[in-house]
Amino acid sequence: MAKVGPHNSRVPLEIGRLMTDERSRAVILQLLVLLGVLLFFAFIVSNTIANLQRVGLASGFGFLSDAAFFDINQRLIEYTSQSSFGRALIVGLLNTILVSALGIIAATLLGFIGGVLRLSDNWIVSRLVTAWVEFTRNVPLLLQIIFWWAILTSLPKVRDSISIGGVAFLNNRGLRTPAPLFETGMEWVVAALFVAIVASVVLVRWARKRQEKTGKTFPSALATFCLIIGTPLIVYFLAGQPVNWDLPVRTRFNFRGGFNITPELIALWFALSTYTAAFISEIVRSGIQSVSRGQTEAASALGLSKNQTMRLVIIPQALRVIIPPLTSQFLNLTKNSSLAIAIGYQDLVSIGGTILNQSGQALEVVGIWMAVYLSLSLATSAFMNWYNKRIALVER
Amino acid sequence: MKIKMITRAAAVASVFALSGIAATAQAATLEDVKAAGELKCGINTGLPGFAFTDDNGKWAGFDVAYCRALAAAVLGDADKVKYVNLTGKNRFPALASGEIDILSRNTTWTFSRDLDLGFTFLGVSYYDGQGFLGRTSLGVKSAKQLDGASVCIQTGTTTELNLADFFRVNKIKYEPVPIETNEEARKAYEAERCDVYTTDASGLAATRSTFTKPSEHMVFPEIISKEPLGPLVRQGDDRWADIGRWVLFALINAEELGVTQANVDEMAKGTNNPEINRMLGTEGSLAAMIGLDKSWAINAIKAGGNYGEIFEKYLGKDTPLAIARGLNAQWNNGGLIYAPPMR
Repeated sequence: MAKVGPHNSRVPLEIGRLMTDERSRAVILQLLVLLGVLLFFAFIVSNTIANLQRVGLASGFGFLSDAAFFDINQRLIEYTSQSSFGRALIVGLLNTILVSALGIIAATLLGFIGGVLRLSDNWIVSRLVTAWVEFTRNVPLLLQIIFWWAILTSLPKVRDSISIGGVAFLNNRGLRTPAPLFETGMEWVVAALFVAIVASVVLVRWARKRQEKTGKTFPSALATFCLIIGTPLIVYFLAGQPVNWDLPVRTRFNFRGGFNITPELIALWFALSTYTAAFISEIVRSGIQSVSRGQTEAASALGLSKNQTMRLVIIPQALRVIIPPLTSQFLNLTKNSSLAIAIGYQDLVSIGGTILNQSGQALEVVGIWMAVYLSLSLATSAFMNWYNKRIALVER
Repeated sequence: MKIKMITRAAAVASVFALSGIAATAQAATLEDVKAAGELKCGINTGLPGFAFTDDNGKWAGFDVAYCRALAAAVLGDADKVKYVNLTGKNRFPALASGEIDILSRNTTWTFSRDLDLGFTFLGVSYYDGQGFLGRTSLGVKSAKQLDGASVCIQTGTTTELNLADFFRVNKIKYEPVPIETNEEARKAYEAERCDVYTTDASGLAATRSTFTKPSEHMVFPEIISKEPLGPLVRQGDDRWADIGRWVLFALINAEELGVTQANVDEMAKGTNNPEINRMLGTEGSLAAMIGLDKSWAINAIKAGGNYGEIFEKYLGKDTPLAIARGLNAQWNNGGLIYAPPMR
């Protein structure tokens, strides 16, 4: 027993005083509440199981290995109608991750640009951005998704496709681009890319150290750019251009070959990124404004240019304010991607719904949905928390 | 104050947990329907001919007519129906959870739905098959020439599965464009997001009838599946299933026996056909066996007419759908519609 308060040490606990003694009463009541909650959940679980047994529905996850028998138009991994329900779910999960990742990248870029532009001295620019922010964030996301989808599906029909240099084609069934076919020798290009990335990291570290010691700057941004793009390019030509392009070819109904980006993916991506970007731009703006004016004045007194002030003084400090709410925007975007179902983008919810319907395993599918979104969200916030710690102000 | 709230919450929670309000939709659907005074009937979100809103904003159609007949037989009033509009996806959870008493929504009777999903199909009200609808300008004569086409489908349906089978067996490729409802699929097809739309042939006829120029679209000759459509209920309430089944059979038998909406009252006074007399309650005790009011069959027929009348009114040649009776003619007329005798 830890330290006992003076009041209790003088009056020992008795059974009859349990409810009048403040400390024991608190414990008892909390235990009762806990018991009630546990009983409630036990009741829900047992009731569910009893009902499932009554209607003769087998529960469990065995159905995941049954054949799916339906097709999916957008898949990042191999999948046919003979594949299992489990594989179909993975296809859906990857589609969710794809649109979320694309959305997060675009929303962050757009949001940062928007947030900075909104603080611009140029009246027209700042008002235009304000109008965009107020419009996109006040119109329901679902409507925006349908809006973009309607625009994309009213693009020219297949036979009147807009040709982009004769290799890519845009029509109301999406954007058909050439797809790369890798041949032997490609592994050298990939290796070169890796070497270039490692070299860039080393270079940036060296440049930073040298600057700290001698104050001499090094154009590391330009150098790394040249390294990462240049090295694989040189190796690519040395290896005899080991990439062939699978060009789209017009057939009776559609284009065949190449890579098709469906209007559903593009519409969902546009809608999610512009909608979330509006919120992010507000977060960025508030972050920048939270940095006191004195910082800017001090920076310009030191002779830093406007650009340098923004990049080296304002943004690093603003990020501390920006990152935590930014994380929840990323989580929102990922969860909002489930609205995909409205336009038939085959994400986790859409495919899960089909599986639920074909297999009747409602509880299991809903359980998988929740577990997956929870894990995605937890993973995102774990990463953002790590990043937040990294950029946090180091007090000296 | 706070402690009071906590105690109260605890009390509520434990009472709730201990009393065990088994939220089951167990057996006694008939009693539930009678107690509620209305029949909760699951229908399509909108499919011309089968479930649509008429000029007065009321639901009507082939599937709706069955809901009305059943309500008339059970409650004595065809208007005492609460319609619940369901998509291909949410219809089964709605029925399984007890949100609806019966599902009358062009649903295909299959082995796995009957056994694995835990439902009981009451019979076949419409013999259908899956077909393809496409523009005549495509120049396609057969569905087998659809290699590389984009195909609009409703998700969560048997058509989705048949489609995958059809293209796999014929070794041709397609791009599936999954859509939630018939209405959305129609829009996607009209926008030429897809080359063809596939669903039950009846649904195709219904969809085609809504186009501004139906003649520019054709239903391909291939029927790639058997789609026996009919009403269904939850498994485990045999009495309710019997009632639903025999209301359907009464409508079918009424057509065969020549009992119509117009003459049912006259015939209920007694005829020289014992089968009609038993059905309409002037002879025998069928009403007692089914546990419904003596005039149950009369009410059901009066609600919207017999099977043939319902078919003609919503799907027949005088409607925009203009579907021929075909397989859905009476058995003695070259069709498959056949009901067991009322005896």
